[in-house]
Amino acid sequence: MGTKINESILTEEIKELQKKNRIDHMTYLPGMEVLDSDIQEKVIDRMNAYDESLYTAADVRRALAADICSLEDFEALLSPAALPFLEEIAQRAQLETRKHFGNSTYMFTPLYIANYCENYCIYCGFNCHNKIHRAKLNPEQMEKEMQVIAESGLQEILILTGESRKMSDVEYIGEACKIARKYFKVIGLEVYPMNSDEYAYLHQCGADYVTVFQETYNSDKYETLHLSGHKRIFPYRFNAQERAIQGGMRGVGFAALLGLDDFRKDAVATGYHAYLLQRKYPHAEIAFSCPRLRPILNNDKINPMDVHEQQLLQVVSAYRIFMPFASITISTRECERVRDNLIQIAATKISAGVSVGIGEHLEDADAKGDEQFEISDGRSVKEVYAAIQAQGLQPVMSDYIYV
Amino acid sequence: METFKTEKVTQATDKLILGGHEFDSRFILGSGKYSLDLIQAAVEHAGAQIITLALRRANEGGNANILDYIPKNVTLLPNTSGARTAEEAVRIARLSREVGYGDFVKIEVIRDTKYLLPDNYETIKATEILAKEGFVVMPYMYPDLNVARDLAAAGAACVMPLGAPIGSNKGICTKDFIQILIDELDLPVIVDAGIGSPSQACQAMEMGASAVMANTAIATAGNVPMMAEAFKKAIEAGRTAYLSGLGRIITKGASASSPLTGFLKEQEMI
Repeated sequence: MGTKINESILTEEIKELQKKNRIDHMTYLPGMEVLDSDIQEKVIDRMNAYDESLYTAADVRRALAADICSLEDFEALLSPAALPFLEEIAQRAQLETRKHFGNSTYMFTPLYIANYCENYCIYCGFNCHNKIHRAKLNPEQMEKEMQVIAESGLQEILILTGESRKMSDVEYIGEACKIARKYFKVIGLEVYPMNSDEYAYLHQCGADYVTVFQETYNSDKYETLHLSGHKRIFPYRFNAQERAIQGGMRGVGFAALLGLDDFRKDAVATGYHAYLLQRKYPHAEIAFSCPRLRPILNNDKINPMDVHEQQLLQVVSAYRIFMPFASITISTRECERVRDNLIQIAATKISAGVSVGIGEHLEDADAKGDEQFEISDGRSVKEVYAAIQAQGLQPVMSDYIYV
Repeated sequence: METFKTEKVTQATDKLILGGHEFDSRFILGSGKYSLDLIQAAVEHAGAQIITLALRRANEGGNANILDYIPKNVTLLPNTSGARTAEEAVRIARLSREVGYGDFVKIEVIRDTKYLLPDNYETIKATEILAKEGFVVMPYMYPDLNVARDLAAAGAACVMPLGAPIGSNKGICTKDFIQILIDELDLPVIVDAGIGSPSQACQAMEMGASAVMANTAIATAGNVPMMAEAFKKAIEAGRTAYLSGLGRIITKGASASSPLTGFLKEQEMI
């Protein structure tokens, strides 16, 4: 597997910085909890062995005919040979979605409480070298934001930070969870990976879901994209979901940022990672996100290369058929047309009223910080609610109880 | 208590009895997975008198409260979905009673997110605690006779064995084991989960099940009220067939008059 980079990410500055000495991305840093787990090895071996060219139309037909989708079937569904069968794949995905979720489509919104970051991820708008406006909400500002969001009727919130332990420590995130508890039924986190005791603390504060994007499962490529910061440590990030479950979280989310590397291999790895974790922890609720690369502030050329809408649909449908019970979130990185169609087929969760900057629900300009990426669907909660209903689906604000 | 099979039962006196409450309908409807505005029509066309409700969903409140869509004249059967242990199920059941959803509770303890199979061991523990607290306990379970007996001893009002995994629409994959429960227990046996079509619901009733619970099959039908009605009719037909006593079934062609006992006559002739 090559480490050829998606050229759209690179700027002259990044090319210079890439030449500098960097720490070993496979060695844990002090303080990072090490789990006794063989999941990473299994996932990486399987991904490395995946050869998309080996699959034929017959393999895809067999996968579609199978009652239960095996790992081999999943791999066939992700191969180029499956593209001519996309309509059938989408129909099968829809069937599985309806069987497991009925007409329910879940709604939520992300809330960015801070955008300080200590990592240098060259494709991300929050990276520590990107000259953007940084901000961090204080508890009063968080509360105000949450009030505004709760007024829209939403009952699920996803709390996000940039990845800075210094500027947004675990206690700070815990405070956000405690405030969120007053206004929301469901609290998810998308923050930097941490140790299981820290996850346990945040669970106590009210959070029950943790999402960590691995970005790419190709560790060599990963190394070239995450030039500095704790995020650079590939295995610590990989094992975040397992630590979260050990910390008592009910559910965990997985994602590869499609377009960073070979998206088919990354999708195989994402699915298998989730599969193995659910097998080891059968009570864990599994979720997928399917983000594609988007332009960022100070680099508007970034694009997801060969992951077109067709391929995106292929990946989302393959996740659904492989793990019919998993929640699948469709990002505001995608436009209205794509999102509305994907909830008909395979996605079960959709964000609305989204802002990916800091303090955007506030009037106080000082509290505001810049966005992580460009969004493509700016519809309000009301508009998304109506769009879901118009498709004969039922918007659901929460189906959850904290026990 | 169920009627003994030897007693004469007419359709007029045939009631489903759960925790001392009588019901004419033997169709328990799930309320999840629907478009909310179709729930009422489903209940009406199903003729259902009991409707399940996940407390975690009822918890929702706000601008799409599922409770506003459930007709007021039906008995709510709150379930403990979301519970992974007996302790969590007990907590959810108590909360449900606190907020005024009554004494009925369907226990669901699930710590397998893939097949949503019930944890029988934890279910027995939860049943024991909640029955003592005066709940009408209806446990969702995997059809195991020993477990069913333990549930009965723990004070369950019925048992709710699964036909197949939730949402699978596979029908009664556990048929022979459910039959054993029906034959051996004095409690009502309500087939829950996996029923994908009216014919499967009918089959469960013909076997002697006391009631059938269904959700996905109706919620995802092309025409929800029509499918609810089809289930209602199938369940009634199956019940009537059971009460009337199924006829003799000749499985393989005509049978010889006495192929095995014929020799006895030969001895008499000597």
